[in-house]
Amino acid sequence: MSVSFCGLQLAHPVINASGTFDLLAANTAFGESLRERFPFAAFVSKTITLEPRKGNPPPRLWEAPAGLLNSIGLPNKGLQGYLANDLPAISELLGKVRAQPPVPLITNVMGSTAAEIAQLLNACEQREEISAVELNVSCPNVKTGLDIGADPVQLEVVVREVRPHLSKPLIVKLTPNTADVAACALAAQEGGADAISLINTLRAMAPGGGSPKPWLGGGTGGLSGPAIRPVALAQVAAAARRVSIPVVGMGGVQSAKHAQDLLDVGATLVAVGTESFRDPSAGSRIAHELSGAAETPANATPDHPGASTLLNLK
Amino acid sequence: MSGSDRPVLDGSSDGTSQCASARVQAPIGRRLLTVAGMDELGAYRVLRLSDPSGPRPQPGQFSMLTAAERWGGGEDDRPHVPRAFSVARWQDGEAHYLLEDVGPGTHRLCELRGGDEVWVLGPLGRGFTAPAEDQRAILVGGGVGIAPLAILQDTFGDHADTQGTVALLGFRDGAHTRGASLLRGAQVATDDGSVGHHGLVTDLLVRELDETPRAIVYACGPAPMLEATRAICGARDVPAQLALESGMACGFGACFGCVVPLRDGSYLRVCLDGPVIDAARLERVDAHAGAPA
Repeated sequence: MSVSFCGLQLAHPVINASGTFDLLAANTAFGESLRERFPFAAFVSKTITLEPRKGNPPPRLWEAPAGLLNSIGLPNKGLQGYLANDLPAISELLGKVRAQPPVPLITNVMGSTAAEIAQLLNACEQREEISAVELNVSCPNVKTGLDIGADPVQLEVVVREVRPHLSKPLIVKLTPNTADVAACALAAQEGGADAISLINTLRAMAPGGGSPKPWLGGGTGGLSGPAIRPVALAQVAAAARRVSIPVVGMGGVQSAKHAQDLLDVGATLVAVGTESFRDPSAGSRIAHELSGAAETPANATPDHPGASTLLNLK
Repeated sequence: MSGSDRPVLDGSSDGTSQCASARVQAPIGRRLLTVAGMDELGAYRVLRLSDPSGPRPQPGQFSMLTAAERWGGGEDDRPHVPRAFSVARWQDGEAHYLLEDVGPGTHRLCELRGGDEVWVLGPLGRGFTAPAEDQRAILVGGGVGIAPLAILQDTFGDHADTQGTVALLGFRDGAHTRGASLLRGAQVATDDGSVGHHGLVTDLLVRELDETPRAIVYACGPAPMLEATRAICGARDVPAQLALESGMACGFGACFGCVVPLRDGSYLRVCLDGPVIDAARLERVDAHAGAPA
């Protein structure tokens, strides 16, 4: 089951989606059992920004049909707070995880200009605790208001400009809120990304219950969970067809079957997000199920396409 | 079960250490438990789960519950994420949870019968800390929020070295006052006057505080009740521990969804650094931070 990803050796192909697992909080809640049974082959931090962010006012959650809408607002201590406090603590904790090979740290960053992103990458470059960087491009350009990652032309320019600031692997986390995600995937590759990851949450809104004011404190939010799984499969497939760099696929993964579906369309790794909220050990369960599936010979005769269509609508 | 049932000395995630031993850690991963029974209690249900080898929770800690079957497909194709419940009682190898059918998650849980199965993640969060030897504990509960006060009374109420407890419970009507039987010797207030004091439970609190020289207040209930409790205790310099409630998806600090604003302007994750919080840390109790009324 071990897998190579951008030069990193991982025990299995299951990692966490950024912002869905707080390592330090999990250590407080679960203690030794977290280190004994760590759920992921690599750990992706929540998004770090240059300046500290409080996050959005509550309410921040709304349960959607077969999913979850969140408007968290990327709360974090800012780059300096991360480097001084969280990074050493996360690194120490990952060092104590019983896993072979060790669990590498991928730090997720977001900036609203190329200059901001360059500053974040420079800092990550200098810290040996960080094995790779994931760049969140679901951030509005301060001038145009358009998400950096929503426009392939803009995305390629930004990635190309920041790329020289990092010699470590650079993963670009694409936004699904765009007209042509495959074009954005290609733009990230052309700009110099070593890998892409997708999908981020889909922009969505919770009703205000009779009021024109939306329920979520942040107005709109991001939809995740099983509700977005077919969208994720379509976007991961489209992106993987267009690029030659590795793809991290995610969106509504709850089981090895869902993970395998993403691997089948070209993903190298699969990330688990909302399912970890339901069960913090979902990552290890899915990895375990995947390894079982790999050892079992596939059914001799795959389902007839017509038959499976019928079964799906039964 | 690999979970430890030793109380863990714990600093909060922001580095302060105000409540040693108010947290028992959960094993990572949810565990599948069997329903030992479902008891009717007026407008409420008591869900009893057989959990003989689970960690013994501290009073005020909670668990995330998911029915093993048919979790989803209810109203609005929900529920999806688990639901948070304070542990109401821990005895004879069973964990008790107080339910009120107020939404698709609680509705599904209320349907469970003996032998059904439930996924449980817990115990989670920071619980209540014990009263000092010379303090008399006043428990203030409203509606389904009385749940953590029962295990609190079980744990701290009968110690020979404390001053005992007094329980003050508020409900909207007579059908809900059946919940009061979870606690011993409770004084009851109802909104409609059908049982006990006709008015607010905080009226009883003021009366009790007038007669108690050294009090500590433990409260859980709807946000307006918690806010009134905070204001009353704050004005009298009486220490108060409030068990907050907030919509949460994970219960272990991962989603950042359950935050409430603190006096210092920062946000606190109710699931991780609560649900029990020193009332003095709040400017006011957020309207979203209470149990269903």
